Amino acid sequence: MSTTAVVARRLSVGYGSRVVLTGVEAFLKPGGSTALVGSNGSGKSTLLKTFAGLLPVIDGGLEILGKPIGEASHRVAYLSQFHQSGFVLPLRAIDVVRMGRFDQRSRWSRRNREDDVIVRESMEILKVDDLADRPLRDLSGGQQQRVYLAQVLARRSNLLLLDEPTAGLDVPGRAAYIDALSFERSRGAAIVTATHDVGEASTCDRVMLLAGRVIADGPPNVVMTPENLLETFGIGLTKVGDQLVVTEHHHDHDH
Amino acid sequence: MNHFIDPFLDNGFLQRALFAGVLVSLTCAVVGTYVVLRGMAFIGDALAHGVLPGVAGALLMGLPAMLGAAVGAAVMVGGIGLITAKSKLSNDTAIGLLFIGLLALGVVMVSSSTELTGDLEAILFGQFLGVNHAELLMQGLALLIVVIVAVFASRPFSLLCFDSDLTQAMGYQAHWYHRLMLFLIAATVVVSFQTVGALLVFGMLLAPAGVGALLARRIVTMMLWAVAVGVMSTYLGLLASYHFSWAAGASVVLTAVTIFFVVLVGVSVKKSLLGSHS
Repeated sequence: MSTTAVVARRLSVGYGSRVVLTGVEAFLKPGGSTALVGSNGSGKSTLLKTFAGLLPVIDGGLEILGKPIGEASHRVAYLSQFHQSGFVLPLRAIDVVRMGRFDQRSRWSRRNREDDVIVRESMEILKVDDLADRPLRDLSGGQQQRVYLAQVLARRSNLLLLDEPTAGLDVPGRAAYIDALSFERSRGAAIVTATHDVGEASTCDRVMLLAGRVIADGPPNVVMTPENLLETFGIGLTKVGDQLVVTEHHHDHDH
Repeated sequence: MNHFIDPFLDNGFLQRALFAGVLVSLTCAVVGTYVVLRGMAFIGDALAHGVLPGVAGALLMGLPAMLGAAVGAAVMVGGIGLITAKSKLSNDTAIGLLFIGLLALGVVMVSSSTELTGDLEAILFGQFLGVNHAELLMQGLALLIVVIVAVFASRPFSLLCFDSDLTQAMGYQAHWYHRLMLFLIAATVVVSFQTVGALLVFGMLLAPAGVGALLARRIVTMMLWAVAVGVMSTYLGLLASYHFSWAAGASVVLTAVTIFFVVLVGVSVKKSLLGSHS
């Protein structure tokens, strides 16, 4: 599949009539990775939800995998930031990963061998295959997050939309996550992650800095300047020797 | 003489009650599982209460009680939908007020009519021992519909329990399936109020599925546990009702609720014992 993953033109997104983010221009290629970086309320999750078909477009144009939003849902994988009731749900880890295959088959056809192989492989990549039969509610937060990521992989989608995918992951978890991303990109899937982790963003080929509008957009080494980060977060980071120093946004003070 | 089987062999009304109870248990096992997993207990309760003024109205107008129950449930589902869409108040508060309002309306309607006063108890607590064949047929039909819908919608339903955003993102109309769940709850309440009663059907929705939630690792096994607990409660409850002259519907629900709390304590004790070892 070589369809462009996301095409956005003068896109405005938000809830109902409340615009959260405006002026988004995007042309995301298969196999590419894009980080949406911004603080809480910057519009990064809202943009991701709009891509996922959860929110209608307020203004401008948006195509997902060459189609209007929502129409390519079976080729899109979405990882939401919060999960509703993981702690009471009687589901094993493998059941959660299998959910990723639900819409890949018609309603009346059962899971087949191909599904089983894909589910198994996805769990191996995220290193949760040994947890397959454990109830989800007995897993730690980081293990649960890895199971959710395995579910995303099990979709074998063309576009991954990940909201804070590394939340709660420990060091081995992050390593598994990086393996998962390179696996997906080598298949030709495009990846969009929403994050406030500047370090994670710098591993993507493209970064969009967001704060209700697009502050900057381009390769990380070009975009992530101290000035731009200051504008995005209201605080800046400056490298002094080996240490990162936080710079507050300057207002006019009479000291 | 066998105290455990003979009452059912000797009495046709008790056989019908047992059969009705099993049908109610099966229906409630499927629907109750989703009620528990989606945290819709409060909405289920609201529906159970909303049925009362509908039934009272139907009886006053000489119409079939089930028709009134259906109208009451429909008003309740509509009201809940409207509240969740419009209100900035906590949904809990608005739904709570709606159902207590409808319950009060129902009681006022019943109390204002001299011919209905005896029926209030029957509506709220059922007439388990007076179940007739037509009602059994309705109950069976409701079970069939519930099972068909649950099989048809099993994937979106389990996705909804997991994450409604994900359900939507995977191309299932989440709000539509949510309404379908509400419809199933409403259908269960409407059909079951004549056996266990409007208030007690709610216990049969929650207690057996609650036991399932405590014991099961999968949604299907949760439903099977719920069936087992529901059927066992029906049998034991009816038996107790026969031997001790207890109200039948209440005995059955009391048994189910007792089983739930026994299992809850058992599971907690087991967890704390295991926890102290590690």
